[in-house]
Amino acid sequence: MEVNPGDFFALLGPNGAGKSTTIGVIATLVKKTAGKVEVYGRDVDTHVFQTKQDLGVVPQEVNFSQFEKVRDIVMTQAGYYGLPRKLAAERAEKYLRKLGLWDKRDVRSRTLSGGMKRRLMIARALVHEPRLLILDEPTAGVDIELRRSMWEFLTDINKAGTTIILTTHYLEEAEHLCRNIAIIDEGEIIENTSMKSLLAQLDSQVFILDVVNELFEVPEDTPEGVMLHKIDSHCLEADVAGSRDLGEIFSYLAGKGIQVTSMRNKTNRLEQLFLAKLRDE
Amino acid sequence: MSPLSLNHKYVAFETIVIKEVRRFSRIWLQTLVPPAITIGLYFVIFGNLIGRRVGEMGGFQYMDFIVPGLIMMAVIQNSYSNVVSSFFSHKFQRSVEELLVAPVPNYVILSGFVVGGMARGLAVGAIVTVMSLVFTDLTIQNPLLTVTVILLTAMVFSLAGFINALFANSFDDISIIPTFVLTPLIYLGGVFYSAQLLPPFWQGVSALNPIFYMVNTFRYGILGVSDVNTSWAFLILAAFAVGLYGGCIVLLRRGTGLRS
Repeated sequence: MEVNPGDFFALLGPNGAGKSTTIGVIATLVKKTAGKVEVYGRDVDTHVFQTKQDLGVVPQEVNFSQFEKVRDIVMTQAGYYGLPRKLAAERAEKYLRKLGLWDKRDVRSRTLSGGMKRRLMIARALVHEPRLLILDEPTAGVDIELRRSMWEFLTDINKAGTTIILTTHYLEEAEHLCRNIAIIDEGEIIENTSMKSLLAQLDSQVFILDVVNELFEVPEDTPEGVMLHKIDSHCLEADVAGSRDLGEIFSYLAGKGIQVTSMRNKTNRLEQLFLAKLRDE
Repeated sequence: MSPLSLNHKYVAFETIVIKEVRRFSRIWLQTLVPPAITIGLYFVIFGNLIGRRVGEMGGFQYMDFIVPGLIMMAVIQNSYSNVVSSFFSHKFQRSVEELLVAPVPNYVILSGFVVGGMARGLAVGAIVTVMSLVFTDLTIQNPLLTVTVILLTAMVFSLAGFINALFANSFDDISIIPTFVLTPLIYLGGVFYSAQLLPPFWQGVSALNPIFYMVNTFRYGILGVSDVNTSWAFLILAAFAVGLYGGCIVLLRRGTGLRS
């Protein structure tokens, strides 16, 4: 498996697939039994300190002292990376502000909410400004609003040049953020490709269409590769082959006097593929 | 050659020490006050009340005789317990991972925790020393030897506490050694009595107790009397320091108790 510099890479897999172990091996927290890990072309085993310098890790479980103050946690981590106190204080402020924790800088970390604890771990991982940031399910248990703001933040730092590897259970998150993807199961890579080409493997997609006029019957002479089912008097389900142009479908429906007001995916597309891949294995 | 600059290593070391000192200072009611109260009670009960009936020990008033041993006891117990509880707590909360993912050499991690342990041991030792001035006039006969032996002892027991923390898997594991090994060795290490009072067989047994040498060398530094040869005592202390340091480094390199 290879991740390109500047990439936003998703590592997916069911529980126990080996995602956290893979991260542990890269971060040298887990002793590997075989294989080789290189970070920016340097072997983790022989260039331990250089690779650690390039790396920021946000683990799945909270792993900071519950008794320390928020700013002290970030400042201490900066110290481990050799940052002088003045620079450490500047960086701590920069990232605590960016992650909305500056107001909490002097409170004990145990009093933070779950979402704040996750953001604190991100600020801590970024304080030495690593070239590679690895996040192990960073948005688990985080509410939707906060998750969206974290996505925005991660997208921004990725655009600024930080390579990001992300494991997540929210497949929508991977689809939304990542350009490339690997799926692992029982320690084996079962797929390693770009998000685009993975999604192109979808045979069909199912859309829910909300319509203006009351539906009495569903047209039967649908274009090839399109099937329509009535859900209720103002809602249709459209099963559309991957090759079909959605514009054609809208034109067809308009021709039948059916005006569509909104459309949404019935299921997450990546979720469909993910389950299919695991079943294939 | 290590790719890390000297300054980087120094900052990392300083960070660990500051964190450790901040930890035991923050919870001073648990870390500094209880040992001071316990040793204060020893001064009152053994030194003052019972000591008056004991009379002289090793050519000194009993209170004067036990002061160096009690200071040493405070330093040993607190150096050990600071490192073992702090490092195990880092393991328990998984905050040790903060250190393990960072570019910090093992000897810097070890030195930081050991200096943190020494700081608490010496802080409690200083409190006990000041308290002892209420009961006796303390005159130090050999300041250099006194300071050297207390520093070495604090270092040895901080290193021992570190090894205990690496192997510990539960909070029970960090109290077994202090309760069942350290305390008996301290009490039988000549804190309260001179070995000359013991029958020859038990004098021989005492000679196998490393704490016996530490207590007596410290007493020699303060009072100028000792049951042991101080050169021999320094040799034993140095051997323990080197052996335990080497052991810690090997265990850290192997990832014992830290890396799965």
